[in-house]
Amino acid sequence: MARISLKDVKKCYGNAHVIKGVDIEVEDGEFCVFVGPSGCGKSTLLRMIAGLEDITSGQMTIGDKVVNELPPAERGVAMVFQSYAIFPHMTVRENVAFGLTIAGASKAEKDAKVAEAARILQMEHLLDRRPSQLSGGQRQRVAIGRAIVRKPQVFLFDEPLSNLDAALRMDMRMEIGKLHNQLGATMIYVTHDQVEAMTLADKIVVLKDGKVMQIGAPMELYHNPANLFVAGFLGAPSMNFIDVTVQAVNGTKALVSNAALDPVEVSAARGPFTVGEKAILGLRPQYLSVAEGAGRLHGAVALTERLGAETVVEVTLKDGKPLIAALSQDRVFPLGAAGDLDFDPATAHLFRPEV
Amino acid sequence: MALISADNRGLRLATRYAVLGLIAVIFVFPLVFMVMSSLKPDQQLLQDSGNLRAFLPVGDISLDNYTAAFQRAPVATFVFNSVLVTGVTVLLSLLICSAAGFAFVFVNWKGRGVLLSILLATLILPFETIAIPMLLMVAHLPWIGTEGITWGWLNSYHVQIIPFVADGLTVFLFVQYFKDLPGELIEAARVEGASWGQIYRRIVMPLSGPILATAAILKFLVMYNQYLWPLMVTQEEGYRPVMVGLQYFFQLNVAWGEVMAYLSMITVPVLAFYLYLQKAFIASIASTGVKG
Repeated sequence: MARISLKDVKKCYGNAHVIKGVDIEVEDGEFCVFVGPSGCGKSTLLRMIAGLEDITSGQMTIGDKVVNELPPAERGVAMVFQSYAIFPHMTVRENVAFGLTIAGASKAEKDAKVAEAARILQMEHLLDRRPSQLSGGQRQRVAIGRAIVRKPQVFLFDEPLSNLDAALRMDMRMEIGKLHNQLGATMIYVTHDQVEAMTLADKIVVLKDGKVMQIGAPMELYHNPANLFVAGFLGAPSMNFIDVTVQAVNGTKALVSNAALDPVEVSAARGPFTVGEKAILGLRPQYLSVAEGAGRLHGAVALTERLGAETVVEVTLKDGKPLIAALSQDRVFPLGAAGDLDFDPATAHLFRPEV
Repeated sequence: MALISADNRGLRLATRYAVLGLIAVIFVFPLVFMVMSSLKPDQQLLQDSGNLRAFLPVGDISLDNYTAAFQRAPVATFVFNSVLVTGVTVLLSLLICSAAGFAFVFVNWKGRGVLLSILLATLILPFETIAIPMLLMVAHLPWIGTEGITWGWLNSYHVQIIPFVADGLTVFLFVQYFKDLPGELIEAARVEGASWGQIYRRIVMPLSGPILATAAILKFLVMYNQYLWPLMVTQEEGYRPVMVGLQYFFQLNVAWGEVMAYLSMITVPVLAFYLYLQKAFIASIASTGVKG
């Protein structure tokens, strides 16, 4: 029913191309997260789906309706805004019931639906308060309550947690996840926080400069990023990139090395690579380990951050480049000590330099 | 240390009250002078005007001037006309100018920037420059009333009301205020299915209390003080407002006591209206400094 499909969708403001031809399919009931750095167009894209921004060209369908020209109200969507956007002059009850009031629902119907939404969001005790008497987290609940009460086909979330503090953000993140399981509705969620993206999404759309970089399940993107940008954007600490030279190519494998890296054979799936060519080797900090004996990477410890459950070590490689390793457990490394690191070549990613 | 600083604070507070008190006195004294003079016969009024007695209810005090003022001019008619014309204009102006401001700020349509610029440009036109063309225009406009279609608006209430219900300044006030309202509120209402009319009525207007009060007071003062336009368009006493009525007191011999009595009476509606909206007015002026 509420499948969303974007076909070559573009958005221009005069000569500025903000969305440069985007193709996205969101299946019914799917939780889809748009993620990307500031200014990548993710919020604009969401507002285009909501009908708050015009579509310059392309086709957008929600369910089986082309919605390019439809006003927001006729698209069957509900939206939760970053600033909550709850009406300050109305009580929580009036806020939650606003859409129903506009639709001309009876008082009995409104009361029943508001009560149900309040129960789901555990805010029955807040219904008669004014927004000014609520905390940030409570306001966010009201905004979500207003969205769910109309039972829309599609929920749109525009960075809903970015105004909350860290602890509350984690709670609300889990609640939004549960809410999705409970309602089974299609949800599109915009964030710049990759943790929210990784934990909530069935499908992640990574955007950069108004273009889709990659679409896929979180783990697919994590383990098999299509390009340097996606590789660097997802994962914390972010992936290490090492400039290497291709020494040999052997079918789907390539042998690479540099001054600090002993020759290692890694997958060349993102090729083609040719011998003597420069390439970039991507190594996730979590997949690096301290070498027993001589490792593949040679350097010296420059900084240690002990976090308790893990230890983040910055190693300055022989060629002067920094490398981050996230090691499990609490470990102590003397500053300046030789830091030889090792990794499983299967976890390494080889990229062509240009993206 | 604590004592000294407490003293300092007391001194500073005292100074602040003294200065504010002085300013209050400067603003209030003309009103006191007006009311006190209205209670005195002309001869005493003129004698007192050179000294402090002018501000005190002393000497031969009576309401004679008020009686005389009523005999000289149809005061009640003038006040009624002014209150009616001003009240209706203020109400219509709030409605129309806020709706225009709403359309300029929230609704996206071609040419709104140009139109707003033109509208703002009208702010620099003095009324006197358009008074004559406007007079020629209203003298020939049709009107549908109880007598069917008539031509020419002269000698009526609507000729004093309609030309003033929309003006650039009031629209501009609303535009500036609406720009500061969070746009996401409007967008949220749109997503929830509200029409423009519903957004105007249910979201924007309830949040516009301070600016409605400000616009109402400014419009009230302009309308209540109208002189030139009603003088041009009303020849019949029955439609004339208070400021035109003031002429009645300067014909033949000027009786200053009666003038003061008349002025005291016509000031009452202004003060009442201002006091009624004062709180919201101050809130609006104060909030212009902290927004954003």
